[in-house]
Amino acid sequence: MRTISTPVSAPLPQNATVPNQQTRITLPTSALSWGMYDAPSTQKAWYVVILPLLDIRNLTFVVGDQKILDRLDFTIQPGKIHALLGANGSGKTTLAYLLMGCEGYVPTSGTVLFNGADLLSLKMHERAKLGLTLAWQEPARFEGITIREYLTLGRSESHPEPMLVQVGLDPERYLNRRVDKALSGGERHRIELASVLSIKPMLAILDEPAAGIDMLSINHIINVIRTIKENGGAVLLITHQEEVAAIADSASQLCNGRIIFSGDPAHVIEHFRGRTCVRCDGEVCGYVRA
Amino acid sequence: MSELEELTRVLPMVGAEPTILADKEIAHVVGHGHHILSRRSVPGLRLDLEETSDAIVGKMTIQAGVTIAQPIHLCFGLAYPTGSQRIHIDVFVEERATARVLSHCLFPVATAAQHRMQATINIGPGASLSYTEGHYHGPHGGMRVLPHASIRIGKGARYFSDFSLLSGSVGSLDIDYLVEIEEEGIAELTAKIFAHKTDRILLKEAVMLRGERSRGLIKTRVVLEDEARAEITGITEAHARGARGHVDCMEVVQGKAHASAIPIVKVFHPEAKVTHEAAIGSVDKKELETLMARGLTPEQAVELIVSGMLR
Repeated sequence: MRTISTPVSAPLPQNATVPNQQTRITLPTSALSWGMYDAPSTQKAWYVVILPLLDIRNLTFVVGDQKILDRLDFTIQPGKIHALLGANGSGKTTLAYLLMGCEGYVPTSGTVLFNGADLLSLKMHERAKLGLTLAWQEPARFEGITIREYLTLGRSESHPEPMLVQVGLDPERYLNRRVDKALSGGERHRIELASVLSIKPMLAILDEPAAGIDMLSINHIINVIRTIKENGGAVLLITHQEEVAAIADSASQLCNGRIIFSGDPAHVIEHFRGRTCVRCDGEVCGYVRA
Repeated sequence: MSELEELTRVLPMVGAEPTILADKEIAHVVGHGHHILSRRSVPGLRLDLEETSDAIVGKMTIQAGVTIAQPIHLCFGLAYPTGSQRIHIDVFVEERATARVLSHCLFPVATAAQHRMQATINIGPGASLSYTEGHYHGPHGGMRVLPHASIRIGKGARYFSDFSLLSGSVGSLDIDYLVEIEEEGIAELTAKIFAHKTDRILLKEAVMLRGERSRGLIKTRVVLEDEARAEITGITEAHARGARGHVDCMEVVQGKAHASAIPIVKVFHPEAKVTHEAAIGSVDKKELETLMARGLTPEQAVELIVSGMLR
């Protein structure tokens, strides 16, 4: 921790958080700035500036003559859930692939900082080592690999049972099954989430995590997302399901590769419910709700 | 070290315990070159094998209605760098009999040797045979291995075969199986091969669905690296009403290896159906990226995918 030998009298920075006397705070690695300021009623007080965990600036991705992502700017704070809504083809999954570093997804321009590191200069597994992971909308199937192995990937000691329980699957029935075609789409989705849980990521990108999940089990998915947050992780939650998006701390609506609206999830959901796209009235992105 | 001791020593390389040869409840035959080093039968099993000047020749019969509880172990191989082994065996699984055969082919130090197996297998009505063949070859790649078999599956009978060559470098492998299936018979042929260096793999499996409601599955998993080559031919013909066949071939190619797959599907009856799927190439991109998104390096991810595929 940085030691300030002589507190500097300064005005409170605009983006600072002020912990009160009863608050014990643990500084995340991304809290790069802290100090003391001239408080109104006391001589000095601490302030903390928490930098974004994910900081996307001017991100553009062009394929042929089509802009899939168009000068995208947004941030995700540590330990927060950010929902990303948008019509099909608005660029949500492309953004997920681009952040994770999937093959063929190299941005045309822009920067992405992850916990202060230049994410775009890293290979996929290096991004994962930093604490970023992705749960695919259509998760892969693996011949021969058991669920137990899948949930303990790269870890010598791990107990995957609680992860399965958390996604509503019985460990006795599932641990020795294989992550193959014999699993239903919903089962595979749950195992993907259990896998994300097991690695305790700093940022999990969840692409439609509740797709194919029956109504009765949707709470399992919501609980998993909350657990990632309780573990100190942030979530970029790509979803069409309003009840899932509603658990987010903040939300954005993506349209035609651009963020067109950000704020409280309830407000973003309300915008998204609109019959047509609020940005282009459906003329550009083609989004017209039935 | 005697020839028997040497072959026994490498048995664990194909997943078998050397103690099986001492177990009176377990039938076995151990053949080195053209010599039978050890054999034991159990009730319900007749072993009529003999040595000739250039082969081990004979019959193995599982008698009607008998279930052989423990697997029958066939251990064949060579303990020397050079040599030849030819086995000509006729297997009869009589009506309603059931047996499992574990065949271990062991060539730990071969540099210029040949192993030729010519088998006929007859599975009687309602009978069942599970045949698992595991190969262990040393690193030299000097073998020529030719397992050829003709298998006839009777009415309502079942046949499951599982061929695996997962360690060492074989040299040249030429498999040729022909399976004829009668009414309501079932055959599942699985082959798992990991070829290295300059290995040459020829794998031809043909399933003829002759009887009504007969079923056949050919499943092949081949991984090639270095400069290995493979040509996989899966043939399924459906000749009768309700016959169902499927060919599932997957080949993963790494390094300078080459692979080809030739699925041949023929249907001769309007109420029969045969499907096939074949994939050749590098490791599936999505599988690879999923594992890398969990922190595995590309090399670790490929190793895990390949090992899973060959299980």
